[in-house]
Amino acid sequence: MAQLSDLVNLNLTDFTPKIIAEYIWIGGSGMDIRSKARTLAGPVDDPKKLPKWNYDGSSTGQAPGEDSEVILYPQAIFKDPFRRGNNILVMCDAYTPAGEPIPTNKRCAAAKIFSNPEVEKEVPWYGIEQEYTLLQKDVNWPLGWPQGGFPGPQGPYYCGIGADKAFGRDIVDAHYKACLYAGINISGINGEVMPGQWEFQVGPAVGISAGDELWVARYILERITEIAGVVVSFDPKPIPGEWNGAGAHCNYSTKSMREEGGYEVIKKAIEKMGLRHKEHIVAYGDGNERRLTGRHETADINTFIWGVANRGASIRVGRDTEKEGKGYFEDRRPASNMDPYVVTSMIAETTILWNKS
Amino acid sequence: MALLNDLINLNLTDSTNKIIAEYIWIGGSGMDLRSKARTLPGPVSDPKKLPKWNYDGSSTGQAPGEDSEVILYPQAIFKDPFRGGNNILVICDAYTPAGEPIPTNKRHAAAKIFSHPEVEKEVPWYGIEQEYTLLQKDINWPLGWPQGGFPGPQGPYYCGIGADKAFGRDIVDAHYKACLYAGINISGINGEVMPGQWEFQVGPSVGISAGDEIWAARYILERITEIAGVVVSFDPKPIPGDWNGAGAHTNYSTKSMREEGGYEIIKKAIEKLGLRHSEHIAAYGEGNERRLTGRHETANINTFKWGVANRGASIRVGRDTEKEGKGYFEDRRPASNMDPYVVTSMIAETTILL
Repeated sequence: MAQLSDLVNLNLTDFTPKIIAEYIWIGGSGMDIRSKARTLAGPVDDPKKLPKWNYDGSSTGQAPGEDSEVILYPQAIFKDPFRRGNNILVMCDAYTPAGEPIPTNKRCAAAKIFSNPEVEKEVPWYGIEQEYTLLQKDVNWPLGWPQGGFPGPQGPYYCGIGADKAFGRDIVDAHYKACLYAGINISGINGEVMPGQWEFQVGPAVGISAGDELWVARYILERITEIAGVVVSFDPKPIPGEWNGAGAHCNYSTKSMREEGGYEVIKKAIEKMGLRHKEHIVAYGDGNERRLTGRHETADINTFIWGVANRGASIRVGRDTEKEGKGYFEDRRPASNMDPYVVTSMIAETTILWNKS
Repeated sequence: MALLNDLINLNLTDSTNKIIAEYIWIGGSGMDLRSKARTLPGPVSDPKKLPKWNYDGSSTGQAPGEDSEVILYPQAIFKDPFRGGNNILVICDAYTPAGEPIPTNKRHAAAKIFSHPEVEKEVPWYGIEQEYTLLQKDINWPLGWPQGGFPGPQGPYYCGIGADKAFGRDIVDAHYKACLYAGINISGINGEVMPGQWEFQVGPSVGISAGDEIWAARYILERITEIAGVVVSFDPKPIPGDWNGAGAHTNYSTKSMREEGGYEIIKKAIEKLGLRHSEHIAAYGEGNERRLTGRHETANINTFKWGVANRGASIRVGRDTEKEGKGYFEDRRPASNMDPYVVTSMIAETTILL
């Protein structure tokens, strides 16, 4: 075996029952993803059967040095597209040794909301459209853009092809297959309006799994860009000026919305969302004010408007939904750097649990 | 078969019974690994069935030119991840033709300690956390660091991902699988606090095998960095200043510590280690004074203190152990360039025999 890749790609299943589990968690900034691996005696497919673990929280801004253990609780398992075989990725959330979620753990509170009987009954579905920008390493300028300069204005790039229009497709395509391999519900990809910007969609995913799947998809994406020697950015407005920002539009429906008469339920839900516009915006991602300007297919951050087929609205309802009298709606406000645990649970809370009084 | 790779990856099992055995030993500096290969007539799984061999000790600073034969005694076998098939790696230690361990042979004395009945009874377990730094070849500057400059300060790199945070993951991942293939008890890996620095853990291993497995894992690591064109450093403080050093924290337990009431045994053992702090430190790796400063998650080299979940201590006891009243403790003092035969046997000796 001369090559590094021969060893990296070794299929261990012929030699040992042991597997490698990569435990993944969210670090102190709320957006930095961390992971480390451990050997387990044999294959595991139930997160409840995985051992808890711990990490040095003082190295991630999540604990002091003299009491640094942060405990990892395994929550979701996906197949590892990098190590393959029976090896797995494990999405975790973080707790103190006493069993309390640490402040940056947003999953715990979201899981509480999703296990509320009123919410469970409504079987909330999410389809999240994750946009992101690829940047050249070291210079942090978008991939494919000339150094010290700009490409031609937006127009040719959305779903475009060709070496002068699509930058980084190998990353995007590798990610698509890797996510499908992993068992993530990735539903599609497309090149975005700004050159070097792309989008993938995850869903429909039910309740808490929307957050789990999106975080693992983000993890796989950054592992792939690491291999490609490219940097991925989830900044909502990476380049100021006449260049689109990056969002994470959240498509949403409940059982009631999907059934006969659902459109009325949708309209009531949107009304409640409008009454809590400020609270949602605060939780929809840092720096979103640079993106939600009212231009570039966004609604201004201080305005709440909804409309059918309106990409300049805060919330958009598709023509199909209007025509069939049931379906789903799209919250276009969340930024690309939103936390899906926070956004998905907040939408469920506002539309199902919250009362105008 | 046009490419070199085709020949390197040839599976000989279809063509011949013969196997290749790579004999590995530690050279004159105590940290330089050496190896050479020989053909054997068929597969071997018991080191006692392997022939002794010899090498030119005058070329490794281990013997004078006029009497240069040093004898290799095979001690442990691992599957060869580079040659595949039935080929093997053999960890050896070195003796004079008269049968005396040469001065740099630390395994021999360690094996004596581990075969002492009092020690054998306690079934000592070791989990060693080997840290190391990857350096760019020729300039010896850490992998991923800009030439003539520094990356952003520590923070994002521990367990980090991304082309701007993790440097050399392919080496680390290749090493993980290669060690599992070889039969080494590698229990995990993680990216470390300093960019370009990584860690792997081996264990739990019993007694003398902890040392054999760490040396075999170090050998495989340096063979892999050789393939990658990168240099591996086990220096305990490769970059001075606000950059973490590299250690080889040694987790340890005995049968008594793992059973009911074990926490009291642990505390007594830690007390004994505290009384021999200077002796241990002298054996825990060259250059450790550059690393054990009291900052960067270390305790000062002249201070002995222990604590639960305290990464600034000489010895750390995990919260689980405290809670359950039994378990293990972590000696955080050994440097990345420590000799595991020396460290593991010394801990056993101090806590069990003295």
